[in-house]
Amino acid sequence: MTWAVSDLRVNFGANQALDEVAMSIEPASVHAVIGGDGAGKSTLLKVLASLNLGQSGTIRLPSQNRVGYVPSSGGIFADLTVTENMEFVADAHRLRDWRPRADLLLARAALGQFGDRISGRMSGGQRRKLAGVMALLPQPDLVVLDEVTTGLDPVSRMELWRLVAGAAADGAAIVAATTYLDEAERASSVLLLHNGRVLASGSPESVVGSVPGSITDCATPSNRSLAWRRGRRWRQWHPDDGRADEGNSTGGGDITLEDAAIVFELIEERRSR
Amino acid sequence: MNPVEVVGVTRTFGSFAAVDDVSVSVWAGEVVGLVGANGAGKTTLIKMVLGLLKPSAGRIRLFGQAQSRAQRRRIGYVPQNLGLYTDLTVAENLEFRAEVFGVEGGEDTGSELVSVGDGLVGALSLGDQRRAAFAAATQHHPDLFILDEPTSGVSPLARSDLWDLIRQRAEEGVAVLVSTHYMEEAEQADRLVVMADGAVAAEGSTAEVIDGRRTVEITTDRWADAFAAIEHSGRRVSLAGRRVRVLSESVAAVSADLERAGIAAEVKLVAATLDETMVTLNR
Repeated sequence: MTWAVSDLRVNFGANQALDEVAMSIEPASVHAVIGGDGAGKSTLLKVLASLNLGQSGTIRLPSQNRVGYVPSSGGIFADLTVTENMEFVADAHRLRDWRPRADLLLARAALGQFGDRISGRMSGGQRRKLAGVMALLPQPDLVVLDEVTTGLDPVSRMELWRLVAGAAADGAAIVAATTYLDEAERASSVLLLHNGRVLASGSPESVVGSVPGSITDCATPSNRSLAWRRGRRWRQWHPDDGRADEGNSTGGGDITLEDAAIVFELIEERRSR
Repeated sequence: MNPVEVVGVTRTFGSFAAVDDVSVSVWAGEVVGLVGANGAGKTTLIKMVLGLLKPSAGRIRLFGQAQSRAQRRRIGYVPQNLGLYTDLTVAENLEFRAEVFGVEGGEDTGSELVSVGDGLVGALSLGDQRRAAFAAATQHHPDLFILDEPTSGVSPLARSDLWDLIRQRAEEGVAVLVSTHYMEEAEQADRLVVMADGAVAAEGSTAEVIDGRRTVEITTDRWADAFAAIEHSGRRVSLAGRRVRVLSESVAAVSADLERAGIAAEVKLVAATLDETMVTLNR
């Protein structure tokens, strides 16, 4: 079953938090939602988790008890042990014979030996992984993860992604918000949000390929307002350069999703000026 | 005279060595990226460079001299939580900080870096808050700039603006030490120092840190089955789109796992990413 939202709008007072957002969510896939603070990532994810924000639009989602949601903070009971947290989830969802699956998920998250640990006393990375395990225990059809890897070190991040990839391999649809674009590059699809609007969407390759004009690598940019740093060198966007079907590779190194996202933000900045 | 010269430094807490015989230098005008897992010793090292913790052994010299209170004035530090007063305006934050450091006003650097009006810091976007924190930490013209996760949470364009500010300082000769978990951001540095278990595990450019390491990549229509089979074998596995990546350099071993599970697949060695290298260095 493919889930989808389209023409999605959410207003907070006069502030338009989401404006005409459309997203198709495939099973057995990881979808990354990217953008900075205030882009609308958390709002979109709350809508996907069926929280009521007064949203309007066409919305086709699984019932709320088939959605696993990890908010940007919390998602665990800090004064319970790891095992007690798992028991709580199993109880709430009336799961039977859930312990083998719990053991598998905890092992995937490298939390296998922490069953008796008070979860609030674990490291930040371990708490985020536990929140992920709890969301996955009832085998949800849709898993919604709000910046679960923000601030985590590379090792914890890899363990969390292994857990998430395992759920995708089991058939779940995954939607994960992240500000780490190298993570998003490994997703099946990305959705770039900015001020509540979708600036670009599609596979990471297609988003990079859809940048209009060309991007060059140079020692000194000819137009600073269209350029950004890459170490000691610069990348510069040339809006009117090259044909769309020519691709836009640079002389020095590949164009990353981060480069593409910068250009789409520059385009939006020009449009709204 | 290196702005930062850490030589054979160890810091123990009880019997635990958080930093173990570490040597690191930062040159004037150089951006050094400090990366590593939590518990690798990055924070302890930074605290020692800031003069907040004393080394148990070894020596730290800043600008060619032993650490002193006077030298702290030559350091600008932006912690991860920014260290701003959120219920003051940007101007009030700059003014307060200028007084602490005994420098004239903050207007010059402040107006150059921040055009964010006179709202309270707490009401600004994260990108503008980070710009304000940079302004506050650099208005006394430090020669050494230390940043902890400088662009966490901001949009790609805001991140590029912040890196422009960092690079401008470096071009003026300031030595910059940046701690980050974001590997693509780490590649903005001139040189990486990778810490693992309290020691320097690798050092150099991104390519030098990766050092030719490779990862096995599996391409198959049955990617989900392949993922499950490889995971079952106990290998460290990850997903990139529909391709399965395995932290291993043995195509033969991974192919054998897939054969046992009856999965036809293309299996090949590809260059490891910096993330994958970090995970390898940490275990």
